[in-house]
Amino acid sequence: MLKKLVGTAAALTLLASPAAADIKIGFVTTLTTPVAVIGKDMRDAVELAMEHIGGKMSGEDVEIVYADDEFNSQKGKQATERLVLRDNVDIVAGYIWSNVLLASAPVVLNANKILISANAGPSPLAGAQCNENFFNIAWQNDQTPMALGELLNQQGVKSLYLVAPNYAAGQNMVAGVERTFKGKVVGKDMTVWPTQRDWSAELSKVKAAKPDGVFTFYPGPAGPAFIKQYQQAGLEGQVPLYSVYTLDSISLPLFEKAGMETVLGTKMTQFWAPDMDNAANKKFVGDFRKKYGRYPSFFAAQSYDSIMYIKSAVEAVSGDIGNIDGMRAALEKADFDSIRGDFKMGNNHFPIQNFYERTVVKDADGNWTTALGRAVLTDHQDPYASQCKM
Amino acid sequence: MDYVLITEQFLNGFQLGIILFLMAAGLTLVFGIMDLVNLAHGSMFMIGAFVGGTIAVVTGSFVIGVILMIPAMLVIGMVVEMTTLRTLYPRDHLDHVLATFGLILFFNAATRLIWGPEGLVVPLPDFLEGSVALGAGITYPVYRILIIVIGLLVALGLYVLVARTKIGMLIRAGASNRTMAGALGVNIPLLFSVVFGIGAVLAGLAGLIITPITAAQIGMGEDVLILAFVVIVIGGIGSIRGAFIASIVTGVIDTMGRSFLDVFLLLFLPENAAESAGPALSSMMIYILMAAILFFRPQGLFPPKGAT
Repeated sequence: MLKKLVGTAAALTLLASPAAADIKIGFVTTLTTPVAVIGKDMRDAVELAMEHIGGKMSGEDVEIVYADDEFNSQKGKQATERLVLRDNVDIVAGYIWSNVLLASAPVVLNANKILISANAGPSPLAGAQCNENFFNIAWQNDQTPMALGELLNQQGVKSLYLVAPNYAAGQNMVAGVERTFKGKVVGKDMTVWPTQRDWSAELSKVKAAKPDGVFTFYPGPAGPAFIKQYQQAGLEGQVPLYSVYTLDSISLPLFEKAGMETVLGTKMTQFWAPDMDNAANKKFVGDFRKKYGRYPSFFAAQSYDSIMYIKSAVEAVSGDIGNIDGMRAALEKADFDSIRGDFKMGNNHFPIQNFYERTVVKDADGNWTTALGRAVLTDHQDPYASQCKM
Repeated sequence: MDYVLITEQFLNGFQLGIILFLMAAGLTLVFGIMDLVNLAHGSMFMIGAFVGGTIAVVTGSFVIGVILMIPAMLVIGMVVEMTTLRTLYPRDHLDHVLATFGLILFFNAATRLIWGPEGLVVPLPDFLEGSVALGAGITYPVYRILIIVIGLLVALGLYVLVARTKIGMLIRAGASNRTMAGALGVNIPLLFSVVFGIGAVLAGLAGLIITPITAAQIGMGEDVLILAFVVIVIGGIGSIRGAFIASIVTGVIDTMGRSFLDVFLLLFLPENAAESAGPALSSMMIYILMAAILFFRPQGLFPPKGAT
């Protein structure tokens, strides 16, 4: 009996500690707090990518170490320190929030390790503070709103009111729209982030200003709340709402459940959409829906892409992850099948890519999703690249 | 700047004040009467939203959700008081803070386990959606008007309860001199449980009626709790009347600051400076107000009679 117990215990210990992986990737995202729903989407996508590559890159075993930033830049920095110093990961990836990335980046870069942002694209890292070991596989924060500004010009919007949260990404989004929008900005409110959840005062000001359009950016669960209040305030149908990163596969099911049909037809801009027509994307979206029963968000798409991106570099150095120069050269080439189709890496290690119009629609089965429209900006490079000395 | 916008912003501020009042009323009762610093009051706000919201989603009726939330929160509040807080009364305030902070962590984790991290969206019945014209060019969301009405009714009900009923008399007696009230045969432990239960119902009501606007989130009570503490300090700890007036003042000042401070600053600051100073200054305004009131009236605007 005792022998059996000891044997079982030994077997369990073996199970609990698998052979140390050859390549360790740290992945920082938000796994607690209300915005954990974004982190969950990203982790699901990374897990799917690991399944697709069979847990191996260039024949080496890969282990993903997830870390939680708790939606807080200091906690995110500490999580990054643990990944770099304690877990000794080879590459750090992830990061939803620009402020978290800005606080955490020095930790990784000072340790001479490669850092890949799967979402956040704050302007300092694209410009003066660009770094040879930092890569962004998503976009620079200003780009999507710049595309939106163009879209507004094309839609004949003459006056615009901006409402966005007052933090690094919110400021970049507003700056991006203002950069390309040719009409008049009649009002601008930067709200307390992340605590402010009631926009009654701002919406009353919008009503009084009577603009042709409203631009907003509220990622995560704040987005549905804002749009709901927009509707309750009687603005919907009066003033068209344009947004970036606010309506996605995370928020749309909530609107679908609540039957808020007015969201259908809302326009936004993005570098990617679930219905984008290329083999890598079809495989990703198809398998994601099969496995999790929902559409992937852009957060998920970028997370999936970042694993494939890392894999392409590991293969280029034949699994010798210590060869950081080789890794860097391969990452600069970005030679892999991205879910967005072809793109190039710019001098500042941010993508040069197309941005498209996207519209909220019902798919063939009645699920609410977004559909790709035409390209608003083609081969677009962010405006900070020229300040980067690489 | 026109009168329509000013009126609307005043209504917005008033509605925020009502939510604050529902929070602050329970907080000030518990603090003033039981001398307990209850950080977990924000958790009651959250639990009310989740419990009532779930009932509303399951039954398909927001009204049923509100009605059934009341006994549910009364029970939850009294159970929390009897099991956890009762042992804390003889101890000092720092112990209260520690223990009730622990309760916050407990309730947040429990909510995550039960409802998941994504929160809860509660739809409104159709007749409460949209806006209504109030005349003179002012339109205002129907539901926010309802919040104001509910808040005023609750304030009236509380006034009647505290000033005109037997239980109110006991509450006032307990507030001004706990030992003497006990010596006269008042069942102080039961009184405290009931007071805590009432506080939990009010906080839960506040959480639930704001949920169709903001959606229920884990930790949603903590930000409101801070404002509610500001309110009870301004109003005078233990005073329902003080809590009501201070809530409305705080709500209106906060909203007016958010709406008009940047315009006001533009009069004597360049555009860039006004744009960045406006949001910063408006989020400080109520704290500046609190500091000013503490300076001139350290006991708050309306300290209850007999409180020391």
